Amino acid sequence: MLVIEDQVLEQSRWKSGVIPYKNMGYWQPDYKPKETDILSAFRFTPQEGVEADEAAAAIAGESSTATWTVVWTDRLTSFEDYQAKAYRVVPVPGTPNQFMAYIAYDMDLFEEGSIANLTSSIIGNVFGFKAIKALRLEDMRIPTQYVKTFPGPPHGIVVEREYLNKFGRPLLGATVKPKLGLSARNYGRVVYEALRGGLDFTKDDENTNSQPFMRWRDRYMFAIEAVQKAMAETGEIKGHYFNVTAASMEDIYERAELARDIGSVIIMIDLTIGYSAIQSMSNWARRNGVILHLHRAGHATYTRQKNHGVSFRVISKWCRLMGVDHLHAGTVVGKLEGDPKLVAGYYDTLRLNKVKADPSKGLYFDQDWASLPGVMPVASGGIHAAQTHQLLHHLGEDAVFQFGGGTIGHPMGIAAGATANRVALETLIQARNEGHDVLREGPEIMEKAARWCTPLRQAIDLWKDISFNYASSDTPD
Amino acid sequence: MFLTQGTFSYLPPFSDDQLLAQIRYAIDRGWSVSIEHTDTPHPRNVYWEMFGLPFFDLKEPQTILHEIAKCKSEFPDHYVKVNAYDRSRGRQTTAFNFIVNRPKPEPKLRIERTERQDRRILYTLTTSN
Repeated sequence: MLVIEDQVLEQSRWKSGVIPYKNMGYWQPDYKPKETDILSAFRFTPQEGVEADEAAAAIAGESSTATWTVVWTDRLTSFEDYQAKAYRVVPVPGTPNQFMAYIAYDMDLFEEGSIANLTSSIIGNVFGFKAIKALRLEDMRIPTQYVKTFPGPPHGIVVEREYLNKFGRPLLGATVKPKLGLSARNYGRVVYEALRGGLDFTKDDENTNSQPFMRWRDRYMFAIEAVQKAMAETGEIKGHYFNVTAASMEDIYERAELARDIGSVIIMIDLTIGYSAIQSMSNWARRNGVILHLHRAGHATYTRQKNHGVSFRVISKWCRLMGVDHLHAGTVVGKLEGDPKLVAGYYDTLRLNKVKADPSKGLYFDQDWASLPGVMPVASGGIHAAQTHQLLHHLGEDAVFQFGGGTIGHPMGIAAGATANRVALETLIQARNEGHDVLREGPEIMEKAARWCTPLRQAIDLWKDISFNYASSDTPD
Repeated sequence: MFLTQGTFSYLPPFSDDQLLAQIRYAIDRGWSVSIEHTDTPHPRNVYWEMFGLPFFDLKEPQTILHEIAKCKSEFPDHYVKVNAYDRSRGRQTTAFNFIVNRPKPEPKLRIERTERQDRRILYTLTTSN
């Protein structure tokens, strides 16, 4: 009888021992994801002899409710709801034994407003699972209902622009160099020169914290003197990203409070402080009206290799949810990894309100941000004035271009380097607004400005042939 | 002091043709243009005086150019700024703005330092002519 057969089947599902994940309900090719489900796209390479379906089911299982053996206590729960479901597996074209798995998670699996909780599930144990050789979280679809449990960036792009009174062009910054070794007083000199020359921001580097040659408090005191003096000379609001990264939250708060008290408009943290610390600092930045810059220190250890880790577009999503105002997201043309199309995908993820799925940009899902403010992407690392037209073309207007070496290494000095960058940018914006194609005509447009702006003349002569042309490790399929 | 607020402060002053091109760019995008002026170039001086309402419906750049000239002649010793405003959802903010008139000579911003405890300094910027 049918009833008895069902009973027998049921019994085998619940018989003590080890059965395939597929047979435990983690592989459901007929499942239609709910609007409220969190969706993940994983790229995976199964071990020899492991079927793709079974591997996908294992990923779903290990990132949700499963353990390695049957447990009767599952039957005390509404397990059908809590099990993640692998609902689609497709081979990656041109790459043997590599597949994409699409997995749906019920929203109840995740604590509201907690990236630590979300990531402990989705990238928790599963990345070390033996049956899979390599695994990469390519993208996530965060449903609006879950997005709305996060307050998002404390200010966002629009509020930052209104607060700083800077419109119509990318913002300009520079990281103080050398990043290690300067005394606090000499460090402040670099800040002053760069800001008075025309930059909007200067920046501590990720590892500029509080070392023997320069303690944090001394740096803050000299840097704020530099910021204030540059503001008095230009009538323009200026900022220095005070890196408040430290060993403990108590230290981080202490540094942030001093930066606030002495009048800084912005502070920075490193990704290395961890997700919960980032969310704490996001709350702090919102309470105190201080813009929050996040440096993605350490990300390339897990974002760069195409077959294993977490894509930077996922990190971008988490950062927008956690709530930062700035995030380093690639330069395309600079010294650091970044395929142009994939970088465009990160920028879209950070800035747009509705992001359309676009495989050519590595975007696997539509993402609706439900008016969560946008994050200002920051382009930093090996870029210079002569590339400004390319940066503007690839990265657009709502971004910070950071020329560290490209400001401080100028032969006429730091202020001249800053002026060269600002003139290059403004002349290109003017030309773009007049209808010129800045990518094609950029060098010519900047040449024209270099006729009356000697600092730009020298910057172009010095750096125009410098580029970093290496193949990207991470590319669209 | 040379005030560097605005999108184009590091470029030479615009000719009428260059000015028209920027106004046309704004109008083509559905942004409304407005004119403001002030005698106080303080970085925190957000609300400059409005020279009339924004030109919400005006599609003729030449008329706006004429209004800019009028503002400059009425307030030759003020800073005059042209704004383009984007009312679209998710923006609802200034799209770009730039200074088209400056007092000669420009005022100075004084920086006052009040020493407090623990080496902290209270900075106050004041405008003085």
